[in-house]
Amino acid sequence: MSTLSQRAALVEKAAEKLGKAVSHPENNVKNPTPRIEFQKESPKLVSLEEAIRRSGLKDGMTISFHHHFRGGDKVVNLVVAKLAEMGFKNLHLAASSLSDVHAPLIEHIENGVITRISTSGLRGQLADRISRGLMEEPVIFRSHGGRGSAIATGDLHIDVAFLGASSADPLGNACGYSRSENAKSICGSLGYALPDAQYADKVVILTDDLVDYPNTPCSISERQVDYVVEIDSVGDSSKISSGAIRDSKNPRDILLAQKAAKVIINSGYFKDGFSIQTGTGGASLAAVKYIRQSMIDRGIKASFALGGITAHMVKLHEEGLIGRLIDVQSFDKVAAESLKNDMMHKEVSANEYASADEPGSAVHYLDIVILSALEVDVNFNVNVLVGSDGIIRGAIGGHPDTAADSALSIIVCPLLRGRIPCVVDEVTTLITPGSSVDVVVTEYGIAVNPRRPELAERLRAAGLDVTDIKTLRDKGQSIIGEASPLPFGDKVVGVVMNRDGNVLDVIKNIAD
Amino acid sequence: MQLKESFAGTLESGDIHVRLQPSEEPGLKINLDSTVAYQFGAQIKSVITETLEGLGIDSAVVNVIDKGALDCTIRARVTAAAVRATGKDVWAD
Amino acid sequence: MMFVPGNNPGMMADAHIYGPDSIMLDLEDSVTMAEKDTARLLVYNALKSIDYGDTEMVVRINPLNTPYGKKDIEAVVKAGVDVIRMPKTETAEEVVEVEREIERVEREIGCLGRTKIMAAIESALGICNAYAIATASPRMMGIALGAEDYCANLKTQRTPDGDELRLARETIVVAARAAGIDALDTVYSNLNDMETFRKEVEFIHRLGFDGKSIINPRQIEVVNEVFAPTEKAIEKARTILAAIREAEKKGSGVIAVNGKMVDRPVVIRAQRTIDLAIASGILKEEEVK
Repeated sequence: MSTLSQRAALVEKAAEKLGKAVSHPENNVKNPTPRIEFQKESPKLVSLEEAIRRSGLKDGMTISFHHHFRGGDKVVNLVVAKLAEMGFKNLHLAASSLSDVHAPLIEHIENGVITRISTSGLRGQLADRISRGLMEEPVIFRSHGGRGSAIATGDLHIDVAFLGASSADPLGNACGYSRSENAKSICGSLGYALPDAQYADKVVILTDDLVDYPNTPCSISERQVDYVVEIDSVGDSSKISSGAIRDSKNPRDILLAQKAAKVIINSGYFKDGFSIQTGTGGASLAAVKYIRQSMIDRGIKASFALGGITAHMVKLHEEGLIGRLIDVQSFDKVAAESLKNDMMHKEVSANEYASADEPGSAVHYLDIVILSALEVDVNFNVNVLVGSDGIIRGAIGGHPDTAADSALSIIVCPLLRGRIPCVVDEVTTLITPGSSVDVVVTEYGIAVNPRRPELAERLRAAGLDVTDIKTLRDKGQSIIGEASPLPFGDKVVGVVMNRDGNVLDVIKNIAD
Repeated sequence: MQLKESFAGTLESGDIHVRLQPSEEPGLKINLDSTVAYQFGAQIKSVITETLEGLGIDSAVVNVIDKGALDCTIRARVTAAAVRATGKDVWAD
Repeated sequence: MMFVPGNNPGMMADAHIYGPDSIMLDLEDSVTMAEKDTARLLVYNALKSIDYGDTEMVVRINPLNTPYGKKDIEAVVKAGVDVIRMPKTETAEEVVEVEREIERVEREIGCLGRTKIMAAIESALGICNAYAIATASPRMMGIALGAEDYCANLKTQRTPDGDELRLARETIVVAARAAGIDALDTVYSNLNDMETFRKEVEFIHRLGFDGKSIINPRQIEVVNEVFAPTEKAIEKARTILAAIREAEKKGSGVIAVNGKMVDRPVVIRAQRTIDLAIASGILKEEEVK
């Protein structure tokens, strides 16, 4: 005979030995509410103000945001306005990137709500004002891989992350798309938000489609989420393919894309099982269109396409020409829908995508990347952040990450944009070092980094117009004349971090 | 030289819009708004000055909106505005 | 031959990067009356300053019976244009008049004989006079069809099959061949229908035209593909030319390649194939020596 009461002494003894108390579950009360209603009482489900209050956010702390809605983002302005209203000061805003829509931040900077910014890029009015010295503290610029690493190592510690999601359940399971009929927005991958969700002290999900539990499959698990806030709109999905991304009918972009395609096909890396990524910019995106026929003709299939995924990539994937899509950011709605519906279209975090210090990050296994540039110099250094007028007008993105770790990096840029030269003596700001750039494609000729003589040989043998980069610079100069130096002031308005966490360059203010 | 107010050019990328107005004072007063003002402002002004002086115009207000035009385009637009302002063509009738 | 509006400096600045054989800067139909003066100055300054490389530079002027034609000729001859394209040419006399104007300007600046003429034929009368036009001046290097005006004049309209243009096209090719000059086909303006465009290019290639007029760089690739000789044809042409050179060395007149007699037309065709292969980038000039 052994009843619970007879074992009571033994239970007490075991508890004592384990340093625990004896449990008395007989007093537990079950909640009989049907779960479809019960979940609405989730303690995580609060107003934005309540979420901020409960998160323990204090003056001087770091808040973070993602930029998956690009020019359509509504979360940054909404949250910072609320923080201003609640009287917060001296905050550090660490976004994965910022764009034209974030001009309202100027006011919050002037009022001392935001005193520090970390981002991958800046555009529009905000960028213009910062370039002219709006902030006391310089903006810290990191690549996407560099930001992921900095968050993981603690260089960039996030106190509270405010992450927009196109769907979330009351417990915080969240995605960049929604499977409900009330879906209001879609941005696809939440790759840049994933390090924030994993490492921030507190995570607030903001959603415009609060769905029933369980919102699976999901990008961000409820385990990482502290609060869920329902708002009217997290972003305008029609704008995710605006800004830097466009499918070009511009004949010069098409010419550049066709040339880049010829470089790929004759590079020696165009083999069955190769992997590829395209950066933003009409020409680099379109290059994929022009390698398609050669892939079919030669029976070559790519193992994966990486990075910002576009409708072009999805099409090739659906045709069986690309095995898998590895998506850190969906560049248009077609890509976002594909991520939602296709098992072989995988979402990755910024770290899994491009961290220098993660042996398994995808860029290490990338053969070919096609990237754009604002400027390339005669040493193959690239600038994608600061315009030739000294005003910040771009984003680092994954440029230095992919260029450094891929087997072949191809920069596609016109020699001239109007009267603005793109091949120069020295880049205005150093973003991607020449040591990681292999080929520069312009409408006036193709330059190969002298480090890669075998590549130059292959392209020449294929009849491509390979030339010296200095010849390109001279050609540009002969057309537009010599530019005067920019009127830089003495204030450092930006610091460019290398992907290894060290400082690469600084940006000075433009003085009028 | 007697000028009447005139203009030439467009606001398209790669073009330049030049408006010439008579001026009471001697000399050329050039108001330049350019997308490449920092890098090429001085060069643009010198092409405008050279072109106008070459056509014998040494007193005028020149309002210019430049969208990254090359020197040859600037010369063409300034000449066109000047021809329209003076009524005196550079080609034989 | 790529058409570029003469009042668009952005397009004029880098039209040559797309690799057309020739660029036609237009002062006529694409320029409004109010902008004839500014376009003329733009074209003049562009021709003088921009390095168009090997591209043949053509300017379509306004007819001499307008207030613009004479000034157009003065400007573009002074700027050093390669070819003046006459629009709506109907008679040999018009060619002679243009030639006289060109000569006057050339004498003034001391470069007599530099400027060539091309005539666009865009009416029924022009087609009737095609051979006379083609032989009206030693400067004449080619005649071209302008289909839109021609169809209007004919009281018909253009169709995808181009039946209405058949006689005009054949007449132009025959007149050009008889005069020993080039024949150039009209433009195809629907940029979104590349398939019909390709069919049209294939058709005029079969008719014997030397080239096609285009309105956008996107059309260049199709023209080059259609006009590019096949590898087999190039190989055959090279064999023939090699045999000819060999025969010339030995001093023998008649030769045979693969058992077939090679006479003059065969040699001319072979040389033309090689020229085309070089023009379309398949062969490099040094490979042919």
